Amino acid sequence: MTRHTEAASATDQLMVEARGVRKHYGQLEVLKGIDLEVRNGEVLCLVGPSGSGKSTFLRCINHLERLDGGTLRVNGHLVGFREHEGRLYELREKEVAAQRLDIGMVFQRFNLFPHMTALQNVMEAPVQVHREKPAAARERAMSLLERVGLADKSGAYPAMLSGGQQQRVAIARALAMRPRLMLFDEPTSALDPELVGEVLDVMRGLAADGMTMVVVTHEMGFAREVADTVVFMDGGVVVESGPPADVLGNPQHARTRSFLGKVL
Amino acid sequence: MSTTAPPTPAPAPGSAPVAIPVRHYGRWVGAVVVIALLGALVWAFSQGNIDYRSTLDYVTNERIVRGMWNTLLISVLAQLVGILLGVVAAVMRTSANPVTSGVAWLYIWFFRGTPVLVQLLVWYNLSLVFPTVGIPGLATWDTNTLMTPFLAALLGLGINEGAYMAEIVRAGIGSVDPGQTEAAKALGLSPGRTMRRIVLPQAMRVIIPPTGNEFINMLKTSSLAYAVQYSELLLSAVGIYSANLLVIELLFTVSIWYLVLTSVFSVGQYFLERRFSRGYSHGRSRSGGALGRILTNLTPGRTR
Ligand SMILES: Nc1ncnc2c1ncn2[C@@H]1O[C@H](COP(=O)(O)OP(=O)(O)OP(=O)(O)O)[C@@H](O)[C@H]1O
Ligand SMILES: [Mg+2]
Repeated sequence: MTRHTEAASATDQLMVEARGVRKHYGQLEVLKGIDLEVRNGEVLCLVGPSGSGKSTFLRCINHLERLDGGTLRVNGHLVGFREHEGRLYELREKEVAAQRLDIGMVFQRFNLFPHMTALQNVMEAPVQVHREKPAAARERAMSLLERVGLADKSGAYPAMLSGGQQQRVAIARALAMRPRLMLFDEPTSALDPELVGEVLDVMRGLAADGMTMVVVTHEMGFAREVADTVVFMDGGVVVESGPPADVLGNPQHARTRSFLGKVL
Repeated sequence: MSTTAPPTPAPAPGSAPVAIPVRHYGRWVGAVVVIALLGALVWAFSQGNIDYRSTLDYVTNERIVRGMWNTLLISVLAQLVGILLGVVAAVMRTSANPVTSGVAWLYIWFFRGTPVLVQLLVWYNLSLVFPTVGIPGLATWDTNTLMTPFLAALLGLGINEGAYMAEIVRAGIGSVDPGQTEAAKALGLSPGRTMRRIVLPQAMRVIIPPTGNEFINMLKTSSLAYAVQYSELLLSAVGIYSANLLVIELLFTVSIWYLVLTSVFSVGQYFLERRFSRGYSHGRSRSGGALGRILTNLTPGRTR
């Protein structure tokens, strides 16, 4: 395990830096030493077959899962641990919550709060966590809903919205915390095909605005067009990574070729 | 069971033609027997030495009405104590700390496992073992004067109710999609806030209907407080009939009041349920008309 003292100059540019990240559930090794870097402003697409550990890795990045080995840094800070004299001390749940503020996450199943309107969903964290004034938070929430094209749905409860609309609210909700990094776990997989486009459009806009993003996706067209880097994972390891033209257009590994043969 | 089967013959030939007349016959006999028994009961009570005039007159008797208000007061307060303790115990049960969840388990086990009447009497008679209570060096009180019938009733009923509410709240928390906690965590909400703002409000949908039943039960269970001299409905009636000997008459009077109370709150529960289902469907509550749901609520299952 490599342990540096605080961020060296080479890591200044890195939003995410994973070194030998391991995770297992009981006997099952899900991540077997992941090395991966995401630069500031980069869009990284994570692809791979089901069960390869993509979601698990994404959840490790904001410490929804605890690492069993290796180190993970976001923005130069160790995730979930404090480093002191060469030892790692696990952070308390409250300290972890504070760390997550820089990271927004969008889930496959949206996970909007069903007892709150779209506007209340977006306002919740700024008011509850950042203690923003409700009036100011409301105004900003409205402008975020406008940004995802849902200004007219601010008063609607999630159950009244289509899947695509719900996912766009979820994106606005994550953006409300002004994250520096956005994680997307198959954001369009639960959507009807005709609703996929509207969500991808919002994500394209975010990428164009320079947001750093890690996107687990099966939308190869999106990856090809928007990603700076595509990482192919299989069996808990990174098999291949590089620009989309290389990984998707001219894969070097047989496993990558056989996976792409199935999804393309 | 068999009486609800359609009268058309079963597909199996041979056995079906025999069954049909028997079913019909049984249904008629059953109805006649039930009506006869009911008639006999009504007749017996009408012939009994009961002064129904007094039963009705005492409904508005000042002492009875005061008892009714006390019943209402102790029920509401004990239910509130129960809800509060129930939420605390349920959240403690979900704790990763084995001591915390163990204590909650012990509380639930003890108070659900002993009769509420016994618990009431223990609270009421606490002065027998603790003549004084207090904070050492700060203040002491005489237990006998402190433990009024009201306080004994409140503690006895409320703490017992908390053990039942804990299980209801736990089921409610368990019904909330874990994805909700994840989303709240990912937004940086602390565990406490996640519980208060995200999980519990959603758990309400599952918690409210049985809590309504609990309260309706509480209205009736509170009659046990008569054993600790708290002057609720039953004790008021006992006080009156031990002087005028109109025993059954006054027991009927309080029964009328209990029916009124349980009916009124069943209507209230219907509206509570409707309010808490908002946001989950397109504005309409679950199937079954208002009247149907209220009638269902009027027949709660559990007794203690
Ligand atoms: N909480 C858990 N407990 C036990 N096993 C788990 C848990 N979460 C995930 N796994 C297992 O870990 C492996 C990797 O899961 P993960 O969800 O990371 O895969 P994935 O690449 O995201 O797959 P998919 O494309 O299906 O979402 C799977 O075999 C899964 O069954
Ligand atoms: Mg996944």
